Amino acid sequence: MSTDLPAGLPPVRVAFYNDPKVRSIAYQVALCVAVGFLIYEAASNAITNLERAHIASGFGFWHNTAGFDISQTLIEYSAQASTYGRAFWVGLLNTLLVAGLGVVFATILGFIIGIARLSKNWLVSKAATGYVETIRNIPLLLQLLFWYNAVLKTLPEMRDSYKIPGGIVLNNRGLFLPNPILGPGFYWVVIAFVAGIAASIVFYIWARKRQEQTGQQAPVFTTAFGLIIGLSILVLIAAGFPLSFGFPQAGRFNISGGMEVLPEFAALLFGLSIYTAAFIAEVVRAGILAVSRGQTEAAYSLGMRPQPTLRLIVVPQAMRVIIPPLTSQYLNLTKNSSLAVAIGYPDLVQVFTGTVLNQTGQAVEVVAITMAVYLTISLATSLLMNIYNSRIALVER
Amino acid sequence: MKKIIALAALAIVFTAQSASAQTTLKAVKDRGSLNCGSNGTLAGFGLPDAQGKWTGLDVDYCKALAAAVLGDPNKVKFVPLSAKDRFTALQSGEVDVLARNTTWTSSRDTSLGLNFVGVDYYDGQGFMVRKALKVNSALELNGASVCVQQGTTTELNLSDFFRAHNMQVKTVTFATANEAVKAYDAGRCDAYTTDASGLYAERLRLANADEHIVLPEVISKEPLGPAVRHGDDQWFDIAKWTLFALINAEELGMTQKNVDEMLKSANPDVKRFVGTEGNYGEQLGLAKDWAVQIVKAVGNYGEVFDRNVGATSPLKIDRGLNKLWNKGGIVYAPPVR
Repeated sequence: MSTDLPAGLPPVRVAFYNDPKVRSIAYQVALCVAVGFLIYEAASNAITNLERAHIASGFGFWHNTAGFDISQTLIEYSAQASTYGRAFWVGLLNTLLVAGLGVVFATILGFIIGIARLSKNWLVSKAATGYVETIRNIPLLLQLLFWYNAVLKTLPEMRDSYKIPGGIVLNNRGLFLPNPILGPGFYWVVIAFVAGIAASIVFYIWARKRQEQTGQQAPVFTTAFGLIIGLSILVLIAAGFPLSFGFPQAGRFNISGGMEVLPEFAALLFGLSIYTAAFIAEVVRAGILAVSRGQTEAAYSLGMRPQPTLRLIVVPQAMRVIIPPLTSQYLNLTKNSSLAVAIGYPDLVQVFTGTVLNQTGQAVEVVAITMAVYLTISLATSLLMNIYNSRIALVER
Repeated sequence: MKKIIALAALAIVFTAQSASAQTTLKAVKDRGSLNCGSNGTLAGFGLPDAQGKWTGLDVDYCKALAAAVLGDPNKVKFVPLSAKDRFTALQSGEVDVLARNTTWTSSRDTSLGLNFVGVDYYDGQGFMVRKALKVNSALELNGASVCVQQGTTTELNLSDFFRAHNMQVKTVTFATANEAVKAYDAGRCDAYTTDASGLYAERLRLANADEHIVLPEVISKEPLGPAVRHGDDQWFDIAKWTLFALINAEELGMTQKNVDEMLKSANPDVKRFVGTEGNYGEQLGLAKDWAVQIVKAVGNYGEVFDRNVGATSPLKIDRGLNKLWNKGGIVYAPPVR
């Protein structure tokens, strides 16, 4: 500030309200007070309004008996014994299940299509372009209804179920798979499985070191496969096969026993994965195009083939561009899973802001809890992705 | 749907007290129209046709209320509501009255901030199945998949019924009746359950109505009636007496056709009812001829019933319990005096 002033003069005194530091603090305090006042006003207003209208309030409903059934429950739940709180957890787990699997499938599909769109093969790249342009320009809700009806209409009724060898049954009530029943000695297999994974990691580190030092490659994938799967199977046989399967049985109306994949779940997972994959494909394409052409050319001139070039040179650099927008796609997918309500999949919104809200009538509490949950899921996803992002970010020296 | 709930929640949070301290009657009169929350997808109770003209039992109730308050049955704005959004819409003031085949239960009356006006249809929950299933009783449905609409007493009764009879059920819950029926029609469920009146109405909308039957069991009491917000007793009274006027008109033998002749009647009951004697309309805060306006607009309860769900409607539902108390039913209204 004072650099233009001739030396020797006393520094100019600035009034405290013109001091930028004081000002910025004052503005922030004012903002905090305003926001706090708004929240206080909203809360006290809500409480008086609710009281005046004789609408029950508070979180006491959490421990009341739910009394309604839910079609898919990952934890134990029954209409007569479980509470609204339990119903909340059932809904939340259903949301996390479909969002988690959706993220995995959408990522795999999105990477394949994004790379395919850059393929030199005319047919492959045009097909990928067609996929992206069609899928991302049709509203997701319509796609979900389409998949749900496609699933229901094409599958046969109970009586004419498709029977797939291995005890698998498929009809318009869902896909029924044999469920494993674990015997008493099964924990040995679990130990072997974990030991296999640990051994594989050790082998991977050793193989990498050796390659760095000598250039010799080791068959990491085959070894790991043998260590994890092979060892587990050997132990399974040695322990006397403590594993049996419960097969789906046809009853008068429905199939009982075994594992059940509901058509609503399948349709939602399909719809979400396919829709989000179109966006991820574009993110991946943009990321790859952002890596300068010279990188690929340099790799080729070193004698690398196209596939390792992509895997070892291009994709790792592209990831830096891909991760931030990919995070928002994951967040979108999670939030979009609330469209489940349209096709009868019991996710958090369907169970909690649907049935529970209606039975208790406590809209403010239920909506607030639901918003908090989605916020938490989204922030957790962001956090994980940011950690990953900072790990792979360009290290500047 | 989510938006409506979120908006309504916001409305509850942010509505200033002074704005909602105004009485509903004054608000309706100032606005010049009645906001009526109705079904929108249920034939016989509330359904707009291709021209946007609403018909149904609940719709006629709202028209009667508009006739009583504003003197014109057409000054009603119908707001279609799903089962799960309906209470929030009433609580937040989006509608003045909720006439949407809603079951009167203790918890709804006490903890939702509503007051039920009375019963305009005595119903009970039933099941619809395909004839091909060869099921003759709901007690044979052990292990069946049942499609149901969310946010209804139906959802709870269904669990109770199967639990009480030690039977297994697989419930598939949908946000709206439309989606639930569609899924049932596509074979996702063995049975569809809702109030018996609703079953008859939905059955007619299926592609092959003859392939489906309604099982004889009625598994619950479903007294359906309109509701208003808690805390405005004047509006509550008006809504109550609109319903009673419909029922009393039938009892007095007053119809849409003969209402003008009735004005000259010497019968004191009729004279009080039509307002040629006493000031019963003013006591309610309405015009002297409020009841005449109601009957002129939609007829008496019997006419409303027959036109929408009874003998002269496509649904052809027997009046059963919904006959007047002196004709073998349980429909009864306090007298105007």
